[in-house]
Amino acid sequence: MTVPITREQGLELLRQMLRIRRFEERAAELYQLGKIHGFLHLYIGEEAVAAGSIPALTQDDAVVATYREHGHALVRGTSMRSLMAELYGKATGCARGRGGSMHFFDASRRFYGGLAIVGGGLPVAVGLALADKLQGRARVTACYFGDGAVAEGEFHESLNLAALWKLPVLFLCENNLYAMGTALARHQSQTDIAGKARAYAMTAHTVDGMDVLAVEVATGRAVESIRQGHGPCLLEYRTYRFRAHSMYDAELYRTKDEVNAWKQRDPIAVFQQTLRAAKLLYDEDWKNLDASIAAEVEDAVAFAEAGPWEPIDDLSKDVCSRTVGDQRSASA
Amino acid sequence: MTITYREAVRSGMREALQRDPRVFLMGEDVGKYGGTYACSKGLLDEFGPERIRDTPLSESTFVGAGIGAALGGMRPIVEVMTVNFSLLALDQILNNAATLRHMSGGQFNVPLVVRMATGAGRQVAAQHSHSLEGWYAHIPGITVLTPATVTDARGMLLTALEQPDPVFIFEHAYLYSMEGLLEEGPAAVEISHAAIRRIGSDVSLLTFGGCLWKALAAATQLAKEGIEAEVVDLRVLRPLDRETLLASVRKTHRAVVIDEAWRTGSFAAEVSAVIMEQAFYELDAPVARVCSEEVPIPYPKHLEEAALPSAEKIAQAVRRLLG
Repeated sequence: MTVPITREQGLELLRQMLRIRRFEERAAELYQLGKIHGFLHLYIGEEAVAAGSIPALTQDDAVVATYREHGHALVRGTSMRSLMAELYGKATGCARGRGGSMHFFDASRRFYGGLAIVGGGLPVAVGLALADKLQGRARVTACYFGDGAVAEGEFHESLNLAALWKLPVLFLCENNLYAMGTALARHQSQTDIAGKARAYAMTAHTVDGMDVLAVEVATGRAVESIRQGHGPCLLEYRTYRFRAHSMYDAELYRTKDEVNAWKQRDPIAVFQQTLRAAKLLYDEDWKNLDASIAAEVEDAVAFAEAGPWEPIDDLSKDVCSRTVGDQRSASA
Repeated sequence: MTITYREAVRSGMREALQRDPRVFLMGEDVGKYGGTYACSKGLLDEFGPERIRDTPLSESTFVGAGIGAALGGMRPIVEVMTVNFSLLALDQILNNAATLRHMSGGQFNVPLVVRMATGAGRQVAAQHSHSLEGWYAHIPGITVLTPATVTDARGMLLTALEQPDPVFIFEHAYLYSMEGLLEEGPAAVEISHAAIRRIGSDVSLLTFGGCLWKALAAATQLAKEGIEAEVVDLRVLRPLDRETLLASVRKTHRAVVIDEAWRTGSFAAEVSAVIMEQAFYELDAPVARVCSEEVPIPYPKHLEEAALPSAEKIAQAVRRLLG
């Protein structure tokens, strides 16, 4: 069997997916131990989407993601240390610990969150792309959201505006089939999400989101088309969340058989087999990969553990700036 | 020079567009139509469709796009036709514009200016007559301005565009046709202080926006009765200039707060609380409020007038205090 990638490329895709998986498995343990609090939405099962799509972007491009964004930030290049510290709420986190799991930010990588109101990131992405268009920059804004967001008015408004103004936005819909616990067909009269985008005169494709190579190819083409000025594009990745919506739910909305059937298509296991069959991956590689990622995760945990808390005195810092042109403080 | 309030707004926008290529205007009917209140009339011809952008009726998305464009290095002026429609964009305002700087640990800021008309008094009934600037003043992370004069209508916009964080400007719809004297001096005005619009010694009338003119009319009437009212234009609801309003109250020992919003949970309640907390022992009488009646604003003129603050209601409130 052959695959259209080099050994190096294959190992990197596998490595990124495995980094997400191991980071989140550890985060789930730390949650049980009371080290991490609040909501913790795991991406496990969906790793092929972030791992396959983010590398299609350059460092000048922008990413807007959702509350299920651990994987996107990791692949984008934000250090695992600062992400784990953010989960802990430590001052050494990627947002000084103020946002936690749902609000990763990294200005140096143009990672604009971590926005946790469903659908709320789409207008922001449209605006980032508008700024690029007005300033004549050939940059792309990648906007991730789930199938749940398709029900929001902002999805329709944003697709319309992006298409109307031919803005360089890539809409990446991670269709994991459930809006929290409501199946797509239970909340949408038309379940063809790519078809909805086409109704706004936008190019759109459906992609197998469990196949990292399919994700990589489709995303690369879409980014290229957008960068050449052909306007926005929507990709609907069919994927599946293996874990609960957040840390706990009774999962009354889906059967164990369904979950198990999707687990047979685990993007990491399947891609590992693909690489082995193509003789691009050997036992030794896997062991090395696993060991190096395990070490990276433990290093990140140690970093998070050792990090300081933000002083309470800084509580009001960065609410807003001092009013410009005035000596009196306008903060808080 | 005497100009109308709408001309003042237009003048501010034109100057901003001329001096800063990052500034652009977007909103419903701001281009071809020239603005619902004609504030942007002529700007499309002068600056072209890239910088004067008509939007679909998608408040949440074009306000959110303003946030994104601001993050991307632009200086957007977003015109939301009226405060009534801004409710459709409240998620973007509250959850994105106001939170991003703090939540990102200071990595991002949103230099966005949003303008909208507010207020009642034009017989447009309940759904088009809201005064919700007090709601916005509840939100940390944004600045809330209520220009009441032509000088402020032009100048606050220019200063707002210099701010690194979101600024919301509430223009009372009743004022657009009002003529006023444009003050000499730099066009940009400071946005940190309240202004004493009339000096007086007997009572402080604390107000903002459209009600300023009702308070001044009440003060003129009261002067004929031998009562000298000081009129304080709060101008900036967030961050509130407590010092100026408290200094006035400490001088007059009486305060009436006038606010076109409903009394319950109004910005007037906030001002009243500030006085209680910081000038209680200076008061010779309880703080009084003149607000709208707690009803959806009705269409017929006599009922609308009955629902809203008026110069006479303000004067009566003062007489009761001095009773």
